[in-house]
Amino acid sequence: MSDVIISVKDLTKRFGDFTAVNRITFDVERGEIFGFLGANGAGKTTAMRMLCGLSYPTSGSGTVAGYDVMREGEMIKRHIGYMSQRFSLYNDLTVWENIRLFAGIYGLSKSETESRATELLRRLNFTSERDTLVGALPLGWKQKLSFAVATIHRPEVVFLDEPTGGVDPITRRQFWEMIYEAADSGTTIFVTTHYMDEAEYCTRVSIMVDGEVRALDTPARLKEQFVAESMDEVFRILARGAKRGE
Amino acid sequence: MSAIKVENISKSFGKTKALDGVSFEVARGELFGLIGPDGAGKSTLFRLLTTLLNPDFGRAEVDGFDIVKEYRDIRKRVGYMPGRFSLYQDLTVEENLNFFAALFGVKVEDTYDLVAPIYRQIEPFKTRKAGKLSGGMKQKLALSCALIHRPSVLFLDEPTTGVDAVSRSEFWDMLSDLKQKGITILVSTPYMDEASRCDRIALCNEGRILSINTPKDIVSGFNSHSQNSSPNPVPTTLYAISAENMYQLLLSSRKCKGVVECYPFGEMHHLVVDETFDIECFKKELTDMKGLRIEPINPTIEDMFIKLMKQ
Repeated sequence: MSDVIISVKDLTKRFGDFTAVNRITFDVERGEIFGFLGANGAGKTTAMRMLCGLSYPTSGSGTVAGYDVMREGEMIKRHIGYMSQRFSLYNDLTVWENIRLFAGIYGLSKSETESRATELLRRLNFTSERDTLVGALPLGWKQKLSFAVATIHRPEVVFLDEPTGGVDPITRRQFWEMIYEAADSGTTIFVTTHYMDEAEYCTRVSIMVDGEVRALDTPARLKEQFVAESMDEVFRILARGAKRGE
Repeated sequence: MSAIKVENISKSFGKTKALDGVSFEVARGELFGLIGPDGAGKSTLFRLLTTLLNPDFGRAEVDGFDIVKEYRDIRKRVGYMPGRFSLYQDLTVEENLNFFAALFGVKVEDTYDLVAPIYRQIEPFKTRKAGKLSGGMKQKLALSCALIHRPSVLFLDEPTTGVDAVSRSEFWDMLSDLKQKGITILVSTPYMDEASRCDRIALCNEGRILSINTPKDIVSGFNSHSQNSSPNPVPTTLYAISAENMYQLLLSSRKCKGVVECYPFGEMHHLVVDETFDIECFKKELTDMKGLRIEPINPTIEDMFIKLMKQ
């Protein structure tokens, strides 16, 4: 099995005359926490949609979890995990019902669902909350559950789209510990965030400006390259040069 | 007289206590920040102070007027930018501005000196529909409309949420300029790093205020007992630590003597310790951690927030 989970070359998306994503090229390796940063309007969302199989590139080539980004969007969707700040769980379903729903969407069999759900509840210490409505859970629990549900089919790579927006500092850190843990056990994490301290937690970080990947390296080397104290400063140096708004 | 005076206000929605006995005052001309995550009660507080809701208990004044009895006077003199974009998407930039001027019975020219530094940035797009603007431009238009009647108090509910770091910083520069012009500003944000841009801040969580002070004095309370309401306050000190394997470092350091807690903080982990902590012992306990570094540091607002939340 290859150790490169995401590999894209010259990936481009045009809407009419507008080039939202302009020839981006990079690889993401197994077990990496890959931070995907960019100013508002830099093309992050469009790029991420192509990587998740939600939209086909205009040109370029690449694979995600072994499937072709130009042709196999459906297969990509089945083999990745996805979690966003906005859409995660159904508040008016119980913990158990949410797990069952997502397991069903990812095509797990009844017996697989049963065994993984039981294991998941035990691992999260949620067994006593099995029949609680998700809406009644504290935010930190909900976040843990939505990450667990997004990975119930054991994907090789999970896409997290601003998973911690508006979340309190303690819950935000608990969430990152979960990310660390998942990466430690070999899951690849692809994450976007506006919190620059979270960029420091990533193995490598890419920064998009005006549809292009302008920088890509470990946080330490990026800070060296841009003679900056923090990732916040690196981001500012790059984003200040942006020509387009959103 | 204070520009805003909130006395022991509570508000519930069904079983949810959105605000639970909140009190604070904002002085005239002050830039005051409500810092806290979702669910802290920030938006409810804004809706009370802009007279869109009535409190269950307690009272409040804005510019000397009671928020329940004298709501009409308040509505005339405050500007409000809600968290969700609430201008008319199918009117142009210019039409929105004229509309809000007409609502308040003022002429755009009369307030132009106040609005101009912000509005000029979007003026090239004045014939564009508001719904077609970028997020940053919408934010500037909303702020222009909130200022059109020259309000004495400006309420801004999470104006920088979801906005990138550079645009956020530019927005805070605009607020500093407005403050120079004598406008009182109450602004909320979930980003702890923005707290330093305020004169004073209130740290809020789950309907309560954890602490109110200048950003500088809030962090200076980290090592002392004064902020501590728990029965057995322990003086604590803060270190930053790092090693090659940051995840292992996090798990291992929590087991060391004198460590109260350890949590990720940017490129380092922050280590909160009590008086039984000894730095040499700590290094000895973690000899197998490659590249271990430890140094004492000054706490940030976020460290303080974490500490207060745990109490």
